[in-house]
Amino acid sequence: MSEEKAAQSGPGRGYLEEKGWRSWAYTLDHKRIGVMYLFTTLFFFLLGGVFGMLIRLELLTPGPTFFSDQTYNEMFTMHGSMMIFLFIIPGIPSGLGNFLIPLMIGARDVAFPRLNLASYWLFIMGIIVILFSLAHPMDTGWTFYTPYSAKTAASVTVLSFGIFLVGMSSILTGLNFIVTIHQLRATGMSWLRMPLFIWSMYATSIIQVVATPVIGMTFILLAMERLFGIGLFDPDKGGDPLLFQHFFWFYSHPVVYVMILPAMGAISEIIPTFSRKPIFGYKAIAYSSIAIALAGFLVWGHHMFVAGMSVYADVIFSILTFSVAIPTGVKVFNWIATLYKGSISLDSPMLYALTFIFLFIVGGLTGPFLGSLATDVHLTDTYFVVAHFHYTMMGGTVMGLFAGLHYWFPKLTGRMLDERPAKTAWAIIVVGFNITFFTMFITGMQGMPRRFAEYPEKYQAGNVISSIGAAILAFGILVMFYNYVRCMFRGAPAPADPWRGKTLEWTVPSPPPTENFETIPTVTGWPYSYGGKGDGDA
Amino acid sequence: MKDYQIYVSVWAALLVLTLVTWQVSYIDLGLANAAVALVIASFKASLVALFFMHLRQESRLVWGFAVFPLVILSLIIFGTLSDTLFR
Amino acid sequence: MPDEGGKVETAHADAGLAYESSKLGIWIFLGTEVLLFGGLFLAYAVFRIKYPELFHRDHLELNRTLGTVNTVVLICSSLSVAAGITAIRNGKADVLKKSLVVTLLLGATFLAIKYFEWSEDFAHGIYPGTDVFFSLYFMMAGVHGFHVLCGLLVMAWLLVQAGRGRFSAEYSTPVELTGIYWHFVDLVWIYLYPMFYLIG
Ligand code: HEM
Ligand SMILES: [Cu+2]
Repeated sequence: MSEEKAAQSGPGRGYLEEKGWRSWAYTLDHKRIGVMYLFTTLFFFLLGGVFGMLIRLELLTPGPTFFSDQTYNEMFTMHGSMMIFLFIIPGIPSGLGNFLIPLMIGARDVAFPRLNLASYWLFIMGIIVILFSLAHPMDTGWTFYTPYSAKTAASVTVLSFGIFLVGMSSILTGLNFIVTIHQLRATGMSWLRMPLFIWSMYATSIIQVVATPVIGMTFILLAMERLFGIGLFDPDKGGDPLLFQHFFWFYSHPVVYVMILPAMGAISEIIPTFSRKPIFGYKAIAYSSIAIALAGFLVWGHHMFVAGMSVYADVIFSILTFSVAIPTGVKVFNWIATLYKGSISLDSPMLYALTFIFLFIVGGLTGPFLGSLATDVHLTDTYFVVAHFHYTMMGGTVMGLFAGLHYWFPKLTGRMLDERPAKTAWAIIVVGFNITFFTMFITGMQGMPRRFAEYPEKYQAGNVISSIGAAILAFGILVMFYNYVRCMFRGAPAPADPWRGKTLEWTVPSPPPTENFETIPTVTGWPYSYGGKGDGDA
Repeated sequence: MKDYQIYVSVWAALLVLTLVTWQVSYIDLGLANAAVALVIASFKASLVALFFMHLRQESRLVWGFAVFPLVILSLIIFGTLSDTLFR
Repeated sequence: MPDEGGKVETAHADAGLAYESSKLGIWIFLGTEVLLFGGLFLAYAVFRIKYPELFHRDHLELNRTLGTVNTVVLICSSLSVAAGITAIRNGKADVLKKSLVVTLLLGATFLAIKYFEWSEDFAHGIYPGTDVFFSLYFMMAGVHGFHVLCGLLVMAWLLVQAGRGRFSAEYSTPVELTGIYWHFVDLVWIYLYPMFYLIG
C-alpha cells in the first residue's frame, strides 16, 4: 500500500490486513510470528507478575499467613521459571527480534520462514507440556538443583521435557537469525553499517545456539536420573551433585546475556534517535556485544563459590567475572557520551531508555560484590542477590523491552501510543520499582535469606516497604498495558517515521506491508546520520 | 568418477584405522592406550569432516561455525575440570 | 570478511543463495549437536579421571568385537551416502535411490546390533544406573542411537521424495544436508567407540 493511500484512508493495515486465526497460525511472515511471540511472552510476564505479587503478599508478615511453606516454594518457582524461560529469554529476541531483523537489514523475511513458524509452535508445545507439570507443581526454585530435584514429588520429568522443547525453539530461532544476518542484508549494508540492534541480536543468537544445547542435555540427564537412577549427580552412586551446577550455569550465565543484549540493542537505537545525534563509538558498541557474548562463557563458576568448588576454580572464576564488566562499561559510557550535548527529547521511549541506563548501572555495579569471593560468601542467597538480579533483569531487560515497545509500537500496530498515560505509567513504575527492590539490597545485607516464606521479625519493616513498592509497581504496569491495549485499537494513525529514526524499518509504512519493501533498498551509509559531525560511516 | 575415488580411499583409510585402533587396544601400553585411541579417533574424525562432509571446500564462514563450538566445548570441559581435579 | 551484503533480493529468489544458507544452517545446527553431546563428553572426562579403575574394569564387560563391527557398519554407510550425493549431483537419481536403500539397511544393521548388545547387557544385569560407567555408556550410546534413528527416518523420507523425482542435478539440497548430518552422527560414533570399547 502506498503512503498517500494510507494517509487518505486512515492507517493502512499492512501486514495486519488478513483476518482470521488461520492467517496467524499458518503465517510465514516474520512480523506476524514476532507479534505472536510478543503476545505469548507478555502474557507470561503478567502471569509471572501475579505470582510475584502473591510472593510479596505472603512476605508482608514474618510467619506463614496466606500460604503454606510448600505453596510458597511452588509460587517462587513458578514466578522464576515463567519469567526466565517463558518471558525474558524468548521475549525480546524472538518477539522484537523477529519483527525487526528483516526490516532493519532490508530483507523480505528471515532466511528460513518455515523453520521460524515451526520454532514458534515448538515453543507453544513446550508451554503445553509445562502446563501438564502443574499436576504436581515444581518446588525446586528455577535452578532445579540436584539432589533435591531428583527426589521431590513434583513433576520434574515432565517439566524437563517441556523446557527442552522451549530450548529447541530458542536454538532454531537463533540459528535462523544468524543465517539471516549473514545472508540477507540489503545491498550496501556492510557489517559496519548494520544497526546496533542487529549486532546485539547477532551476539545473542550465537549464545542461544551454543549454550542452549548444554541445558538441553542437563534436563535429559535430570529426567534420566529420575526415571532410571543413572546416578551421575548422586553422590551415593559415585556421581557429583556439583556437576549439575556446572552444567546448569554453563547455560544460565551466558543466558543472562541473551536477556540483556537485545535490550542493550534497543537502547542503542533509541538513544541516538531521541538525542538527534550520531551514536558515539559505534564500533565500540558493536564489538562489545560480541565481546560480552564470548566473555559470558568464561564466568559461570561465580554462581558456585559457596557450593564447595575447588579453591583454584573459585579464584579463576572470580577473576574472570570482572572481565565481563569491561565491555558492559564500554556500552554505558558510549550511551552517555551520545547523550552529551544532544538535543534530547523526553518522549516515552526515551524515558524508559534512560531508566534502563540508570537501573542497569545499579544492577551492574552490585554484580562485582557478588563476583568477589569475600563479599559473595556473605551476600550469596540473600535478598541482596534478589535485588541485584531484579535490577538487571527487570530494571535492565524489562525496561529495555518497554522502551522498545514504546518505540516500535507505531511500526507494530500502525497506531501511536498515547503519550500522557505512557508517561504516567512510567513514573509510577520507576517509583514502585525502586521502592520494591532497593529495599531488598538492605534487607539482604542485613542477612535475610531468599526463598523462605518465613523470616525473623527484625526484617519485617523492610519487607513491608518492598511489598508496598510492589503494589505501586504492579499498578504502573497495569496502566501501561491498558495504554497498549487501548491504543492498539484507538490510537491515532502512525506515520511511517514518527520519531525521525534513521534505520530501514522507518522507511516503510506503519504497519509495514507483507513483503516489507516494494523494492529492496540500497544502503549507502550508516544508520545514525543526524547531520553534523560523525556523519557517514563509522 | 574422481569424486567416487576420493570417497573410496577415505573409506579404506577409515577402515584401516579402525582395525589398527582395535588391535592396539589389546596391547597394554598403560596410559598411552588412551592417547593412541583418541589420536586415531581424531584423525578419523578429521577425515570424515574434511572429505565426507566437504569441509575442505567450504567457505571461511562455515569453518568458523564448525570450529567455534569445539572451542566452547573445550571451555566447559577445562572450566569444570579446574574444579573437579583440584577439589 | 569482505562481505558487503546485498547478495540478492530474497532467499527464495535465488537458488544459489538458498543453498548456501541451508548449508550454513546445517553447520550451525551441528554445532548445537556438538554441545548437546558435549555435556556427556564433559561428564565422561570428569568421571573417567576420577575413577580410572572402575572404567577399566567395566569396559571389559562390553563386547569389543561387536563395537568394532558397528564402527565398520557406520563407516560403510557414510560411504554410501557420499556416493549417493555425488550421484545426484551428476543427475543420476537411480543411483541415489540405491545408495539410500543401502544406507538405510546399514543404519538398521547398526541399530540391530546395538539392540543385541543391550539385551545381552541386561541379561548380565547391567543397566543404566549400575554404576557411573554404564550410566554414561547407556546415555551416550542411547542419545547417539536416537540420532541414528532420526537419520534413518529422514533418509526414508528422502527415498520417497527421490521416488517422486524431486531431486536432480540442479536441486538436491535436502539430500546434501541429510548427508552432512549423517556423517556427523558417524563422527560422534568414531569417538564413542574408543571411549567405551577400547580404553574404558
Ligand atoms: C512484578 C514484579 C516482581 C516482583 C514483585 C518480584 C518479586 C520477587 C521476589 C520477592 C522474589 C524472591 C522470592 C524468594 O526468594 O523467596 C523473586 C524471585 C525471582 N524473580 Fe521476581 N519479581 C518481579 C519481577 C520479576 C521479573 C520481571 C523477573 C525476570 C524477568 C523476575 C525473576 C525472578 C527470578 C528468576 C527469581 C528467583 C526465583 C527462585 O529463587 O527460584 N522477577 N521475585
Ligand atoms: Cu552469572
